[in-house]
Amino acid sequence: MAVLVVADHDNTSLKDNTHKTVTAALALSGDVDVLVAGQGVAAVAAEAAKIEGVRKVLTAESDALGKQIAEALAACIAPLMASYDAVLAPATSVGKNFAPRIAALLDVAPISEIQEVVDANTFVRPIYAGNALETVQSSDAKKVITVRATAFKAAGEGGSAPIEAVNPGPGAPHTRFISDEIVKSDRPELAGAKIVVSGGRAMGSAEEFHKVIEPLADKLGAAVGASRAAVDAGYAPNDYQVGQTGKVVAPQLYVAVGISGAIQHLAGMKDSKVIVAINKDADAPIFQVADYGLVADYKTAVPELMAALDAAAG
Amino acid sequence: MKVLVPVKRVIDYNVKARVKSDQSGVDLANVKMSMNPFCEIAVEEAVRLKEKGVAEEIIAVSVGPIQAQETIRTALAMGADRGILIQTDADPEPLEVAKLLKAVAEAEAPGLILMGKQAIDGDNNAVGQMLSALLGWPQATFASKVEVGGAVVRVTREVDGGLQTLELDLPAVVTADLRLNEPRYASLPNIMKAKKKTIDIKTVDDYGGVGAGHLKVLKVTEPAKRVAGVKVENAAELVAKLKTEAGVI
Repeated sequence: MAVLVVADHDNTSLKDNTHKTVTAALALSGDVDVLVAGQGVAAVAAEAAKIEGVRKVLTAESDALGKQIAEALAACIAPLMASYDAVLAPATSVGKNFAPRIAALLDVAPISEIQEVVDANTFVRPIYAGNALETVQSSDAKKVITVRATAFKAAGEGGSAPIEAVNPGPGAPHTRFISDEIVKSDRPELAGAKIVVSGGRAMGSAEEFHKVIEPLADKLGAAVGASRAAVDAGYAPNDYQVGQTGKVVAPQLYVAVGISGAIQHLAGMKDSKVIVAINKDADAPIFQVADYGLVADYKTAVPELMAALDAAAG
Repeated sequence: MKVLVPVKRVIDYNVKARVKSDQSGVDLANVKMSMNPFCEIAVEEAVRLKEKGVAEEIIAVSVGPIQAQETIRTALAMGADRGILIQTDADPEPLEVAKLLKAVAEAEAPGLILMGKQAIDGDNNAVGQMLSALLGWPQATFASKVEVGGAVVRVTREVDGGLQTLELDLPAVVTADLRLNEPRYASLPNIMKAKKKTIDIKTVDDYGGVGAGHLKVLKVTEPAKRVAGVKVENAAELVAKLKTEAGVI
């Protein structure tokens, strides 16, 4: 059987989610191809060709694919499935958007956000915001799967797969791209960061969030996250949100500052390797999942932590 | 324009799901059930479109057990005009639900289908996209802003790293994200009025039936629990532990 992985990229560079999805695909089959669908993606395709274990890289280019319009992606990928037994995409906002469309076009059941491959037909996926895990077996000949990338290790580099252009399909005649507002940041991307520093409602204001959380994140080379309470209160932008309704992260180190630890937040970060919690309430639920807890007011604890980091580095 | 709003009855979002000891699923006996929160947002958005004079009629449709009437009744109390319950005690897969909704859409000919981006039980995030593909209509998922103008709808979507705005030709399928709006509480007079609104109770066979399932749930288990670690005295001890014990900085 052959498996197609749909690359995660921004037309300029390939994202690590692709490497992780290749690892999930290799658990299904040794014959893994990667599709880079976009516009002006030669450099991205060259990066994908270097992923270890990849047999072939396919490129498909059109304006609509360049904007990652779901209708265009599904219309491009569904015909390719004549040669594949499964298609895997990272469960990003793009993957979640187009994958179920392919499933509908192929008349198969999509399998969302798998975190483990048991065998070629059987997968484990979270339900109820990660409060339960479902092991499902698919009877479909062709499978359409999205992958929770944080649950898989990234495939290595060192391959040199051939690159081949394929038909981009008809685009999206009833959908027009108007604009993007993508937040530019020098910090690592939240979903793939090795360290994440998150702030909660205890910050009290956007200024305080900016003044406390961001310098600590920058000192650690970390991405910035926030609880839903902090986002809803307007202290941090939407795309900072970690949790059931935001992003799911699993960094090496997760530092929760002034976050109580609502179920909805824990669902988004409980798979982090090491969790640090700083909260002045010793009974906050966040301490039940934290490896290291510091019961202190963040107003004093964060400056002390910054100083201790300086001292340790010096 | 008619607006069709599919709604789902799920475990209340404030209730923690508990896995059954025989691993056959999540225990729903004697658990509070409510409208899926994303569906509630979709209903609210439809009602706002009606208040703006864009929507003329809002039809709430649910696929589920007879108790899903209560979920539809909630939508009617919020401002939907009538309901359709496709009654089934089976728990159809998202693909089957999408096919039933397609049949409803063909019968009702709405100009817009507004629905939640996902249900908080199965977390599939799939029915809207599949419905759109089956109908051959354009889609905009994860909507945080919806503006209908003439024959098009302009939708701002929440995507990784920011926002994307698309314009779709109508008819279209739009799925609601959390920040699209804050759903209203139904007022007592509206709850009373909703009791007089019609809910048509149909069977799956009225809409083409349900095929055999594609997925078999082998087991449902609880995720591994994290155990609480240690409390540190101060920031210096924390940094020391992160460096030497955990090795993460």
